[in-house]
Amino acid sequence: MRMTLKGARVIDPASQRDENVSIHIQDGRILALGNAPTGFTAERLLDYSGLVIAPGLVDLACALREPGFGRKGNIASETLAAAAGGVTSLCCPPFTRPALDTPAVAELILDRAREAGHTKVFPLGALSKGLAGEQLAELVALRDAGCVAFTNGLTQFQHIRTLRRALEYAATFNLTVVFTSQDRDLAEGGLVHEGPAAAFLGLPGIPETAETVALARDLLLVEQTGVRAHFSQLTSARGVEMIAQAQARGLPVTADVALYQLILTDEALHSFSGLYHVQPPLRSSSDREALREAVRAGVIQAIASHHQPHEGDAKRAPFGATEAGISSAELLLPLALTLVQDGLLSLPQLLERLSLGPAQALKLSAGKLGIGEAADLVIFDPESCTVAGERWFSKGENCPFMGHSLPGAVRYTLVDGHISYQR
Amino acid sequence: MFALSHTQTLQLNDQGQLRHYLSIDGLSRELLTELLDTADSFLEVGARSVKKVPLLRGMTVCNVFFENSTRTRTTFELAAKRLSADVINLDISTSSTSKGESLFDTLRNLEAMAADMFVMRHGDSGAAHFVAEHVCPNVAVINAGDGRHSHPTQGMLDMLTIRRHKGDFAGLSVAIVGDILHSRVARSDMLALRTLGCTDIRVIAPKSLLPVGIEQYGATVYHDMNAGLKDVDVVIMLRLQKERMQGGLLPSEGEFFRLYGLTQQRLALAKPDALVMHPGPINRGVEIESAVADGEHSVILNQVTYGIAVRMAVLAMTMSGQKTQRQLDQESEA
Amino acid sequence: MSPSLPSPAELIPALAHELKALLAQKQINAPQFIGIRTGGVWVAQALLAELGHSDEHLGTLDVSFYRDDFTQNGLHPQVQPSALPFDIEGQHLVLVDDVLMSGRTIRAALNELFDYGRPASVTLVTLIELDARELPIRADVSALRLSLPADQRVKLRGPQPLSLELRQLSAATA
Repeated sequence: MRMTLKGARVIDPASQRDENVSIHIQDGRILALGNAPTGFTAERLLDYSGLVIAPGLVDLACALREPGFGRKGNIASETLAAAAGGVTSLCCPPFTRPALDTPAVAELILDRAREAGHTKVFPLGALSKGLAGEQLAELVALRDAGCVAFTNGLTQFQHIRTLRRALEYAATFNLTVVFTSQDRDLAEGGLVHEGPAAAFLGLPGIPETAETVALARDLLLVEQTGVRAHFSQLTSARGVEMIAQAQARGLPVTADVALYQLILTDEALHSFSGLYHVQPPLRSSSDREALREAVRAGVIQAIASHHQPHEGDAKRAPFGATEAGISSAELLLPLALTLVQDGLLSLPQLLERLSLGPAQALKLSAGKLGIGEAADLVIFDPESCTVAGERWFSKGENCPFMGHSLPGAVRYTLVDGHISYQR
Repeated sequence: MFALSHTQTLQLNDQGQLRHYLSIDGLSRELLTELLDTADSFLEVGARSVKKVPLLRGMTVCNVFFENSTRTRTTFELAAKRLSADVINLDISTSSTSKGESLFDTLRNLEAMAADMFVMRHGDSGAAHFVAEHVCPNVAVINAGDGRHSHPTQGMLDMLTIRRHKGDFAGLSVAIVGDILHSRVARSDMLALRTLGCTDIRVIAPKSLLPVGIEQYGATVYHDMNAGLKDVDVVIMLRLQKERMQGGLLPSEGEFFRLYGLTQQRLALAKPDALVMHPGPINRGVEIESAVADGEHSVILNQVTYGIAVRMAVLAMTMSGQKTQRQLDQESEA
Repeated sequence: MSPSLPSPAELIPALAHELKALLAQKQINAPQFIGIRTGGVWVAQALLAELGHSDEHLGTLDVSFYRDDFTQNGLHPQVQPSALPFDIEGQHLVLVDDVLMSGRTIRAALNELFDYGRPASVTLVTLIELDARELPIRADVSALRLSLPADQRVKLRGPQPLSLELRQLSAATA
């Protein structure tokens, strides 16, 4: 199939392109930008005047819940939800049942994702067997099965020396480790950010030091072992500062933030609604300001959805008895566009944090509109708006933004030149 | 503030009357005063030979306790019976699996049995809010203690105790001593005191027993017991749970008593007519010495009596608010 | 609104006179007076003054907890404690209210009284008795009998001076 997309404003952060230009696509790849190559005749000529074409979004953390949690979501439902949010590539965490600690699970996920065809899926493998934090998973076998990086999530290793060995092993094979730094002991029993809101509501707090103490330890271990590291789901101003300092002294660490952390704060807890129960927790407004500033400055390269769909029952309980997580992959672009609306980022800057930045953090071949690259595109109307929940593809309706009118609307999502979502 | 508006809309009906009783947060001074006035009237009922009025005849109050508390449950039961309501007591252990779901299902079942009021105690902060908002908005939900968050009937019985002995709240100095961090009583007392016009609220505790952001309650922090007790009108002692020693919050009961225990000697620093209060049950020799607990300043047993009257007032007012709301809803439908 | 209502000050002497006669006839000496809050208390005070008695031992009754309209109207917002500064067991009581209309308030008051004990007798005195009874309850003594249209109410204002006022109910509340 040969096609030409014309009339749209094309934004490609990798080449710093921001202009009205035609894109010519052949066999799922970008053949040319601008004038058509000689001899190229498009079978379809599509006019996207008024729309923006950008690299498809790359979401570093999007739980698909399969295998094992079919009530919460499955690969078909959640990748379609992500496609609706403008995503063409996503990383799914290993917190499945069984955990993604064997090549068989990775293959199953990749097979089903291909079958569904809504987005490309890059699994994150478990760093330890069963995510128990005791014994290393077969990292190389997992890499060969398609895992792009390895994480143990919030589950801390039983012994720090085991973690240190794991990092050395990963470094040997140039594997990337994704950290979600939160000290188990300091967070023990906690539900929400330890601050005035938690005190007022009598909800047990997780102190900021739960993040910073673990982060300090993890950064030192990264430095010692030389492992390639990405820090995921930063929540605190102090944590961001530590990442910035590490980067400044030359440590090649990258970081991402959950999009909802850039929007919500612990003030939202005052309704006692379990919809705001996330781990690591929503923190104070000054933490949010620091996270936003770090995204602007590039200390944080990637914004991820940290999509965690749940069945209704998981949230139908008092706050402390609810499961943590927000379902919002399908709002990724419109929700992120509020950052442009707020004047924090320019549109090209935002798109960089949503595509090129995350792709580079985990070395994924995605996030660019160069010649010869896969035609993974998001085509959206910046002037329109999206009412959250008007259409909903995720099995998880646990989204505190339901009913909100958000800026911009995804019109088409293209994966390898095929439409995976349109509206 | 968002906090106020949410709890307020949940607790009050369209005419601003109480329909659930979840927290002192968001309730006006007028409403708290009305509650105290109503409790005063019920206190008189308790002094009669027939201690019963027919107000809630034919209605059913369910005491749903996910945490054990004989005292609170008994006073609620007595309050409901003095209002002529039928009472069902349910003690449900928290150890049951997937407690959130069982809470939802348990209460839906009780609602189907035509319960008119739930008196609920639960270990999770916000549990009563959850039930009032998402499970049974048309049943009056009364919070008998949720996690560390709120114990609003205890809060108001403390206020009734203070008002009956001291009159007005303006100009009073009230000290709350002990484990503020884990105390729903302290939170409710501070909110009620501030709303009722008390301007000198003191909390006395080591840092390990204080929550972050105590300033939001308008309270002044004292780490030194002697300084904090100076010239106060009321001392509210909190119960110290044994498990606080294990979490490293305190070295020992002995050291706590040495630093923060209420002795006659320390009480002498307060005003000569100071009141000594305690939500009970008392740990003698841990937070308070027996001579003080049983002494002339102590109103600890009066608190229990006032507790019944306050609970009667809360049951009557919330039920009244629910009925009015139902009428308003019917009218707007028609 | 209507100039035709007499002033309570004019009605009280007649009320006192009639009550005195009735008590004498019943051979009741030194009865205890109880006023129903709030209008009944005012009338009782005026009555005691007219009879030359002190109102020091006047009992007051708030029947809010005994009303039969809780399920429709909820709790009266300004409930006050009842206060009977004497033991009613075996006593002759004079129960005083301002306006007797449906009889429901008196029903509630009697119920409440019997929760305090068993009086020897209860004599009901009201300033006004309306022709609107819904229960078989009548005043033993009243100063004025009135028939009002369904959309009118009479209200006692006080405490100093006492006055009577006719009120037109709006269509919505009638």
